[in-house]
Amino acid sequence: MSDLITMDNLSNDEILEILDAAERLLPVAMGDVYAPLLQGKVLGNLFFENSTRTRMSFESAMKRLGGEVVNLSSVGSSVAKGETLYDTMQMVDGYSDIAVIRHPRQGAAQYSANAIDIPVLNAGDGAGNHPTQTMLDLFTIRQAHSTLEGLNVVLVGDLRYGRTTHSLSHALVRFGAKLTLVSPDSLRMPAEIVSDLQSHGAEVVESEDLAGSISEADVIYMTRIQKERFPDEDEYAKVAGIYKMTADDLVGAKGGMIVMHPLPRVDEVDPSVDSTKHARYFQQAFNGVPTRMALLCRSLGVEVPKEVGE
Amino acid sequence: MTEMRRVTAICNGTVVDHIPAGKALQVMQMLRVDIGRSNPISLVMNVPSGKVGRKDVLKIEDRELTQEELDRLALIAPKASVAIIRNYSVAEKRQIELGTELVNIARCSFWNCITQNFREPLPHKLRVVSAEPLDLRCSYCGRSQSIDDLAESIL
Ligand SMILES: [Zn+2]
Repeated sequence: MSDLITMDNLSNDEILEILDAAERLLPVAMGDVYAPLLQGKVLGNLFFENSTRTRMSFESAMKRLGGEVVNLSSVGSSVAKGETLYDTMQMVDGYSDIAVIRHPRQGAAQYSANAIDIPVLNAGDGAGNHPTQTMLDLFTIRQAHSTLEGLNVVLVGDLRYGRTTHSLSHALVRFGAKLTLVSPDSLRMPAEIVSDLQSHGAEVVESEDLAGSISEADVIYMTRIQKERFPDEDEYAKVAGIYKMTADDLVGAKGGMIVMHPLPRVDEVDPSVDSTKHARYFQQAFNGVPTRMALLCRSLGVEVPKEVGE
Repeated sequence: MTEMRRVTAICNGTVVDHIPAGKALQVMQMLRVDIGRSNPISLVMNVPSGKVGRKDVLKIEDRELTQEELDRLALIAPKASVAIIRNYSVAEKRQIELGTELVNIARCSFWNCITQNFREPLPHKLRVVSAEPLDLRCSYCGRSQSIDDLAESIL
């Protein structure tokens, strides 16, 4: 069965095929065309921790394709009573055709995939992988630039703990991106990840200066600095609000440059940016739907036709 | 003085030779011959050896270790050589095989790995990414493992 646990499960060609399928599914995702490609299929949505955006976009993707969704709510359930993940998955195996799992523990998605026969999609496992997020990020970048090859991508904020930026960096490097990593010193991307990226031939520049990185950028990927990552308030206070992008900062940017953010944002992207031609984060959040549609179809062995809805 | 004379030759059993110096006690622990066994065990530590500098040697009487048991040693003594002794002579020679995955040999040492829940029933698996230098990653969470930490979490 076709699981998706990490981006390593996909070749570059497969990534591009999935992005192509997602593009064909856009009118379905927007509700303009009805294409019940997954009619009669049931998705088991297993969110062992909250992630409203991810859960809802999977649900929307499945329903727009004519499929059904069953949700696990861990509060008050057998999970809260100490059921093992293995046992929970046996139940899901019986109730659904495909499982989407979000879990606070790393490795939970692979573990689930080993435990059952139906395909498993990883929707985030601890500090581990979140490949459907990376796929929707790639979709958004390609949508804006018509290619993934050789772009100059600036990643900003918490690059130390943020799995989103780690996973996206690895994927972009496979397509020859140039990366500029902008963070305060305490939140730099781990050295082993940087050297890993470089060993794959990537040009990587590290900087603390956002303003100086804007004019050359094709993509600026902003992230939130999360309070809960810090051992104490003082350390957090030192870096909180260090990067605040406003519309005025973008005056010197390339015309086609896009600003992305996995959301939710705090104050790192000022609402004044929303009305600029660069803002792409709401589109990015929406893109979770067509991308996850394409991934659901792939894992269920359903081909997305060249002309969807005809 | 030859090593054979350091410890009496055994009649029947298993000799594990070329253990990295200082690791013999750990090897005993990994082979589970250190507890609840009545077999006599002789241990020679820190013997000069052309092959590995200094080495430890372990002799276990009246017990023939299986290949599966011996493969557990891949973590700490991948170059050990093993002889099965019958009637004072070498009946069989065995090598430690690392394989591509270590199943139920050690527990992933990452604190937030799904396998840290002792009640989860699936086997513990470590993927061999590289044999030289030894690089093992948890097959579930993907974290690289420190060999010292793994030695503490032998199953
Ligand atoms: Zn692990």
